[in-house]
Amino acid sequence: MKVLVCISVVPDTTTKIGFVENNTQFNTAGVQYILNPYDELAVTRGLELAEANAGTVTIVHVGKSDSEAVIRKALSMGANEAIRIDAEPTDAQFVAAEIAKIANGYDLILTGRESIDYNSGAVCGLLGALLGIPSVNVVTKIDYNNGTFSFDRDIDGGRETVSCAAPVVASAQKDLCEPRIPNMRGIMAARTKPLQILTPQTTANFSASKSYELPAAKTGVKMIDPENAAQLIDILRNESKVI
Amino acid sequence: MKNILVFAESADNSFKKSTQEAISYAREIAETTGGTVTAMVVGSAEASHLGNFGAHRVISVDYSGAFTSDAFSTIITEVAKSVQADLLVISNTYSGKSVAPRVAASLDASLATNVISLPNNSPGFWVKRGVFSGKAFAWVELTKACKVLSITPNSFEIKQWGGNAPVSNQTVNSTTLITVEQVNKVTGKIALTEAEVVISGGRGLKGPENWGMIEELADALGAATACSKPVSDMGWRPHSEHVGQTGITIKPNLYIAVGISGAIQHLAGVSSSKVIVAINKDPEAPFFKAADYGIVGDAFEVLPRIIAAAKN
Repeated sequence: MKVLVCISVVPDTTTKIGFVENNTQFNTAGVQYILNPYDELAVTRGLELAEANAGTVTIVHVGKSDSEAVIRKALSMGANEAIRIDAEPTDAQFVAAEIAKIANGYDLILTGRESIDYNSGAVCGLLGALLGIPSVNVVTKIDYNNGTFSFDRDIDGGRETVSCAAPVVASAQKDLCEPRIPNMRGIMAARTKPLQILTPQTTANFSASKSYELPAAKTGVKMIDPENAAQLIDILRNESKVI
Repeated sequence: MKNILVFAESADNSFKKSTQEAISYAREIAETTGGTVTAMVVGSAEASHLGNFGAHRVISVDYSGAFTSDAFSTIITEVAKSVQADLLVISNTYSGKSVAPRVAASLDASLATNVISLPNNSPGFWVKRGVFSGKAFAWVELTKACKVLSITPNSFEIKQWGGNAPVSNQTVNSTTLITVEQVNKVTGKIALTEAEVVISGGRGLKGPENWGMIEELADALGAATACSKPVSDMGWRPHSEHVGQTGITIKPNLYIAVGISGAIQHLAGVSSSKVIVAINKDPEAPFFKAADYGIVGDAFEVLPRIIAAAKN
């Protein structure tokens, strides 16, 4: 089984988000970067499936050289090799177009449900359409038997089980597995695993980020006496009119 | 935008609130640009009343198969071509998110998901979308001639335009490579992403056996229930209820957080709520800085008082 896992590199979840250059650029000062948490699940489940089916896992990332530490982390989890497409990932459509160029010949392609920075959640579906293969998003379970994958996926107000033959692309949702923590042997081995650097083959011409905004700050909390907590319902009904 | 196509998602033969919002959103754009809003429905749902939410006309596609991303993307793409759509509006639900990218790729269109604003046309076509998992917003310009937007539920008010829309039938050949084996819908519960009121519990509730209070208040207010990350990590509640940066981002009218301290990752997922109430026994809990109303007190004493008032 050949598995391709697409990863993105995102600010750590504790990052306080801010912008510079007149709110046109993300303020990267002091930001720690991590493997996108959903992609970590995709890497882990990809490895488990490949290990159980005499397969290999290839990591692909669209980004500049500063993301190599995170790519090495995915390799230290157990992936066999990695590809970095050397370009600034401007939007999901550019990323998917670039990955589609190298994604033929895999049985299973995995992404995270979405990156926790730009939250498009689109690469899985885009790859499906660009490669002409089925796509299954927000999966919480992946099993494989004799050429057929079976998935549990979240749906609005529940969960469903679907199946389809390889090749297929799916996006990892929480519940899929527990993320694998690299061990010392994995970390040592990752240093010498192949990391291929490719130049981009497409142009980014779908969208352009113009500026950023932060949510409006709350103007101040109004405290309610706990002894008189019932008053809350009155306020919500008659003052803020939300119930 | 001359020809706006809305994918009117239906469930159990009726149209969800998010679908009504998507149609009203499209009509709002049409009113400023002079376009036509076509709502497309797949399957047998009675659809002429979509005119009331702003559709000028309805196209009903006869397809009896289950919802799968490949089949429905093909259907939407074919209808978009037949009406020469230059803008597609889809709800940012799990179903919507599974088809929007495929449709965008098939039409060589620009895609924006998580959209929370009407487009700004001066000049070009910009929309505001949620980024950094609720911690910020980005204005994005879509540059292709055709655009696909998926819009966040609870971001737009449903407007009543009155009247029915004419319905025409269209046949589309579509096949799927995906077999739906089983569907498990939770009945009688309000979907978290679409709920207008959400009651959420954290570690302060001390254990899963105390969730009865959260559910009782949710029932009284017609609310959905949610939880913080530690609570889902400890298995007190299912992961599908976890709101926050690595869970679900929600945007209800009212969010009541009980026994949740308000870590930055949690606030990211809920800060777009219109009104936030924090109940916590620690007066220093960061949630009080992000809330509209706060109660410093023990959940086990405070909640019963609120529940009693809510039932009144």
